[in-house]
Amino acid sequence: MPEITANTALPGSPPIPPAHEHPRGLAHQFDDLRQQKEAATLGMWTFLATEVMFFGGVMLAYAVYRGKYAEAFAIGSRLEVWWIGFINTGVLLCSSLTMAIAVYNANRGLGSKTARYLVMTVLLGIVFMGIKGYEYAHIYNEHLLPGNSFDQPSPDATAGQIADFEHKFPDSLRNGGRIFFSFYFIMTGIHATHMIVGIPIILLIAWKAKKGTYTTRYYDPVENIGLYWHFVDIVWIFLYPLLYLIDLSSHTGMH
Amino acid sequence: MTTDPIPAQPIDFDPVESPRDNYLNVNYRIKSWLLTVDHKRIAILYLLGITFFFVIGGIFALMIRLELLTPRGDLLKADTYNKMFTMHGIVMVFFFLIPSIPAVIGNFIVPMMVGARDLAFPRLNLASWYIYILGGVFTMIAMVSGGVDTGWTFYTPYSSVYSNTHVALTAIGIFVTGFSSILTGLNFIVTIHKMRAPGLTWFRMPLFLWSIYATSLIMVLGTPVVAIAIVLVGLERLFNIGVFNPALGGDPILFQHLFWFYSHPAVYIMVLPSMGVVSEIIATFTRRRIFGYKIVALSSLAIALIGFFVWGHHMFVSGQSLYAGMIFSFLSFFVAIPSAIKVFNWTATLYKGSILLATPMYYAMGFIGLFTMGGLTGLFLASLGMDVHVTDTYFIVAHFHYIMVGGAIMGYLGGIHYWWPKITGRMYAEVPAKIAAFLIFIGFNLTFFPQFLVGYLGMPRRYHEYPPEFQVYNVMSTAGASILAVGYVIPLVYLLWSLKYGRRATANPWGATTLEWQTPSPPPTENFLEPPVVTHEAYDFSALSPEVLAGHFPGSASKA
Repeated sequence: MPEITANTALPGSPPIPPAHEHPRGLAHQFDDLRQQKEAATLGMWTFLATEVMFFGGVMLAYAVYRGKYAEAFAIGSRLEVWWIGFINTGVLLCSSLTMAIAVYNANRGLGSKTARYLVMTVLLGIVFMGIKGYEYAHIYNEHLLPGNSFDQPSPDATAGQIADFEHKFPDSLRNGGRIFFSFYFIMTGIHATHMIVGIPIILLIAWKAKKGTYTTRYYDPVENIGLYWHFVDIVWIFLYPLLYLIDLSSHTGMH
Repeated sequence: MTTDPIPAQPIDFDPVESPRDNYLNVNYRIKSWLLTVDHKRIAILYLLGITFFFVIGGIFALMIRLELLTPRGDLLKADTYNKMFTMHGIVMVFFFLIPSIPAVIGNFIVPMMVGARDLAFPRLNLASWYIYILGGVFTMIAMVSGGVDTGWTFYTPYSSVYSNTHVALTAIGIFVTGFSSILTGLNFIVTIHKMRAPGLTWFRMPLFLWSIYATSLIMVLGTPVVAIAIVLVGLERLFNIGVFNPALGGDPILFQHLFWFYSHPAVYIMVLPSMGVVSEIIATFTRRRIFGYKIVALSSLAIALIGFFVWGHHMFVSGQSLYAGMIFSFLSFFVAIPSAIKVFNWTATLYKGSILLATPMYYAMGFIGLFTMGGLTGLFLASLGMDVHVTDTYFIVAHFHYIMVGGAIMGYLGGIHYWWPKITGRMYAEVPAKIAAFLIFIGFNLTFFPQFLVGYLGMPRRYHEYPPEFQVYNVMSTAGASILAVGYVIPLVYLLWSLKYGRRATANPWGATTLEWQTPSPPPTENFLEPPVVTHEAYDFSALSPEVLAGHFPGSASKA
């Protein structure tokens, strides 16, 4: 038997009897591209099931406190800037559209076009996070960052500032309000983390698409990053009403 | 269906003539191990990792048992003792038991059992080992820099507000390791779905695959929930966000719900793979198809499914509503049914089987006995009234050690012995192996049976002192633990010895029917010389050639 290297995943000398042509993109452990594609897709769906449970856990906790502190959550959601959430929903939906177009083009073997739409997706993702960052700053300036100084004047405030400080929550609802904003930051923070993880991967895949790595028969990475991105999008579709639209009917106007 | 006999030996394999043709000797450089994507080598890496953590966890256990030898707290201070049992639990649960069978035996055997060249995602597999090691490093740093004392359950608000030990660092370690578990489970699910050899239908799959599949479902669906619970505890510690802190309006019981939603199914992550191993061993060493194969296969899935709905039985005294308690009590009885199905069917398989009492069979029989005791005492605890009486006593400690040590570790050791010839190409020495298995069984029972009694009498867990009237039970327990320790050290010696001096193993030394035995021992990197095709039901011994069946006695490699 010929000497074989340990890393048989490297292209070159697979020790498998070559019962078939070795198409581009086929890893050594699979028989053909179809099996590889099915495995990759099932793998991504399984991963998304994990993600559903991850977000499900925090949404369960949210639901418990939403029931317990309904009034504080309503006040909290009114303190959010609803139109920022609205615009961001639109931005993210557009990024899902460009992602879908990228996958469509990958399916037709159009590498540069795929790359272009992937880059557009990334740009929209960055716009989303820029808007999000603006909103984080706004909430921080309103003294609504959860923690010991939540809804309190900052520790180095002058006596005049302390006297002028307007509490957003009545004392009896402050605990509930803090928990609302804790969930706001945890849920949007985890969501943003998923985008931050996704963006470099999309860029890598875009670069490979541009290089012509993918063919009409092998473009699994584009399809799977598409699934991932749509999932991140859907999570936001749940977060937007949970965090911004609790009590919009009594909304007193735009900020 | 049972027409073509399986050939006695794979042809053209001669260990002397062509020495460099298996996964172990293709390359000896350290880099070829640390960057390998071969599932068999990654299994060996995991074996080294979990053996290290088993020794660490064992040392903590030893300290606990030594302290409890006398009623006074004369060896360890109360704080140190708290850290000892916490770190014993964390290391054993998250770094030994959960990865033990899936990541070591599963990694090695699953691709071969399905007749594939590797897992579906080999690089992901290597990544999951590095993630495991990274999590282990975080936890070890936490331990050497002072340890953690919350109990392995991290109950809030103690863990989130009051404890002054390294909770955050340990939590990061467990969070990170969880990803390793998720990725391993994901890899198994995809491999079992998509990479089975031609002819290997779902109901021809060996039962080990069914139990690994069920385990993987729990890993993939349960682990993320404990991950988010750990994130919340960490954020609470760092930023005082109030989610679990009653002083800030949070609900500490919510943490218990999130924690046990994973950590109860995690018990099945530990014991389901053992059940799979036991099924393989019993089929092989009785020369019979497992009685009620299909129902045993489906009972694994039933355990995985129902196991997700019983977590509330850990919280009967937490203040959850009585109605919730009653439902969780009912469901906990319910989950015992598929486990009992397995035990009855294994026993029925033994009946009129041609039983060979080799070492793996010792462990399998030990498993059945100990798991039955652990399971039946579990029914005591599923009853509300009884549970309230023994909550936080040594009865609980004894019960879960019967499942997690008596069940999971017996299965793990049985599997290591059973597949040792396949993994290393060498036979272990049968006599010391039997002595060790016997010592482990005796030592285990002497350690933990007295704890049932002393727990029932009211000795609470998690204290370094106890009233003098309980001493006799604790002396028995410590004596048993010493025997158990000797029983665990012996295999370490003779298994290492066998690597150099053990008799060379044939491809199929036990006369087993599953695919991994139809390739040389140790297997080549690509697992099979020719892609296998399955033409038989699982455990169809009539398909084996007479030479293979005759040559199954340990050490009789040259006989056939």
